[in-house]
Amino acid sequence: MTETFYEVLRRQGITRRSFIKFCSLTASSLGLGSTFVPKIAHALETKPRTPVIWLHGLECTCCSESFIRSAHPLTKDVVLSMLSLDYDDTLMAAAGHQAEAIIEEVKKKYKGNYIVAVEGNPPLNEDGMFCIHGGRPFVEVLKETCADAKAVISWGACASYGCVQAAKPNPTRATPVHQVISGKPIVRVPGCPPIAEVMTGVVTYMLTFDRIPELDRQGRPKMFYGQRIHDKCYRRPHFDAGQFVEQWDDDAARRGYCLYKMGCKGPTTYNACSTVRWNGGVSFPIQSGHGCIGCSEDGFWDKGSFYDRVTDIKQFGIESNADKVGGTAAAVVGAGIAVHAGLSALSRARINHSQENQQGGN
Amino acid sequence: MTTHHAPSPTGVDDDAVARAPSLKSIYVYEAPVRLWHWVNALAIVVLAVSGYFIGSPPPSVPGEASDNFLFGYIRFAHFAAAYVFAVGFLARLYWGLVGNDHSRELFSIPVLTGAYWREIGAMLKWYAFLRPYPNRYVGHNPLARISMFFAIFLGGIFMLVTGFALYGEGAQAGHWSHTLFTSWVLPLFGQSQTLHTWHHLGMWMIVLFVMVHVYAAVREDIMGRQSMISTMLSGYRMFKK
Ligand code: HEM
Ligand code: HEM
Ligand code: SF4
Repeated sequence: MTETFYEVLRRQGITRRSFIKFCSLTASSLGLGSTFVPKIAHALETKPRTPVIWLHGLECTCCSESFIRSAHPLTKDVVLSMLSLDYDDTLMAAAGHQAEAIIEEVKKKYKGNYIVAVEGNPPLNEDGMFCIHGGRPFVEVLKETCADAKAVISWGACASYGCVQAAKPNPTRATPVHQVISGKPIVRVPGCPPIAEVMTGVVTYMLTFDRIPELDRQGRPKMFYGQRIHDKCYRRPHFDAGQFVEQWDDDAARRGYCLYKMGCKGPTTYNACSTVRWNGGVSFPIQSGHGCIGCSEDGFWDKGSFYDRVTDIKQFGIESNADKVGGTAAAVVGAGIAVHAGLSALSRARINHSQENQQGGN
Repeated sequence: MTTHHAPSPTGVDDDAVARAPSLKSIYVYEAPVRLWHWVNALAIVVLAVSGYFIGSPPPSVPGEASDNFLFGYIRFAHFAAAYVFAVGFLARLYWGLVGNDHSRELFSIPVLTGAYWREIGAMLKWYAFLRPYPNRYVGHNPLARISMFFAIFLGGIFMLVTGFALYGEGAQAGHWSHTLFTSWVLPLFGQSQTLHTWHHLGMWMIVLFVMVHVYAAVREDIMGRQSMISTMLSGYRMFKK
């Protein structure tokens, strides 16, 4: 008989009172009403535990670092005790063959019923030799582990889009998870790293409701990635007023004006930073005076400077943006028109002149 | 052009009118086409100027945020002109269905007609000073037609699709612009910054068209064999020689 989540939690020394608190926290962080609290509690009390295997590919572990700093210590404890029981090479106690055996065991025992959370991505060049996991290319381990999974979570920009290791020219051919794994529902949770509460929220939702949250066209949970930073930014009134920071440390910066002209990517970035914030809701980049760098967007490393509003277009040379390309073209065309107009006037004058000569006698 | 007697102070000079050669004229552009042309031109000027400022905002305004709405107004001007542009575009498409033959020229190029390409060659020669006079064209000249087809018909669709996709990002899921455009355009371009860049490049493409277009219209009016600017005002094309 497999254990329920509740049993696991109680065994971990979590009181019923804390458990109910966790359920209501979870409900509110997922944007669900208070009527969902008993539902979540009931699900966790009765449902057999769904194991989660947490794999690490090419990455920097910032996703894990973020995850274990989830705002409410409770959330962290609860979710971690759900997870670490199975497999996470940076968090679990087991190591070596003993650890690798866990994957096999979970695969067998919970066939079609476990979740694989992937942090980082597999590099495909040189047969995947740029990332070795337990003596084998990570891409092989990833494919095998996902084969019998119920669903896959792509943690962070790495697993979702490729992130820095996939930035041009991407020497190892680091490849996002959804381009390697097919036929499984994949939830993408981008960000470098993603917000801790977003991560725990997604895991809890999937574990309690036994289904994946509603996703947008790019496979991101709508509840956290449905709006841009800009849509909920507290500096937005300065944006609408036309009050911008023009230089770091200018008076406008001290007054907390909008960072748009400093290249803030809030208007083009879908994430929950301006609502959930970071480090237990303490702050987020814009609140700390630096523009958003768009870390949860596809290819944010290759989209020009973090400090330009109109960003560079690499196809036209390193230092050219839409205005430089267009302005140059307009200057060339304008000069062409001026020259052509001059030539036109000359040729017309010549024609008129020769006509006058022909008509000379009249 | 020597005058034989002093012109009347009233400007009335029936004799001179009687002696003058008569020009041939053809009704080419119906009123809806002409009205659309100028409304559309105005909308595009507003879109390009406000769009440029959206990319590079003017210097900050002083005072309380709640007392100012400068950037809000710039964006509002862009969106208001965008709706004018969009409604005009649809109305112009409709007129292409019910209007005269010339009203349809904007929406196609006769790629399979050899004569059309030969006329393009003739126009190019005229612009390269290799012909003393252009041919006479009742509707758009073939070079104008191909540039309008790409820059305004296809280019207009591009600006509308990318523009409303950007608009839907702010309007958010549930708004028609999000459902109709953002939902598929954003994944197509990959991400919003890329979409902004393309929309921005589209502006410069249209600016280049307008520069050449206005120059050609003025030049043709002076040097060509038919009227141009007045044709877009009155609808009548007059042939000079
Ligand atoms: C933003 C500015 C402008 C845009 C986007 C624009 C666009 C267009 C388009 C699309 C047409 C084709 C009309 C049709 O078939 O329905 C056209 C025709 C024309 N436009 Fe413009 N226009 C602009 C400004 C101007 C200006 C300032 C002038 C006058 C100097 C002008 C003069 C003409 C003339 C004379 C035609 C008729 C050309 C012909 O018969 O071949 N346009 N324009
Ligand atoms: C000839 C047509 C148009 C021109 C020349 C034009 C030009 C521009 C330019 C240059 C930008 C700045 C892009 C950037 O660097 O971020 C912009 C932004 C934008 N345009 Fe247009 N645009 C046109 C049509 C439209 C249309 C039809 C719409 C539909 C509503 C539209 C909606 C927008 C939106 C929503 C933005 C972004 C505003 C923001 O981020 O605050 N545009 N446009
Ligand atoms: S600081 Fe960035 S996100 Fe905030 S209003 Fe300005 S541009 Fe938008």
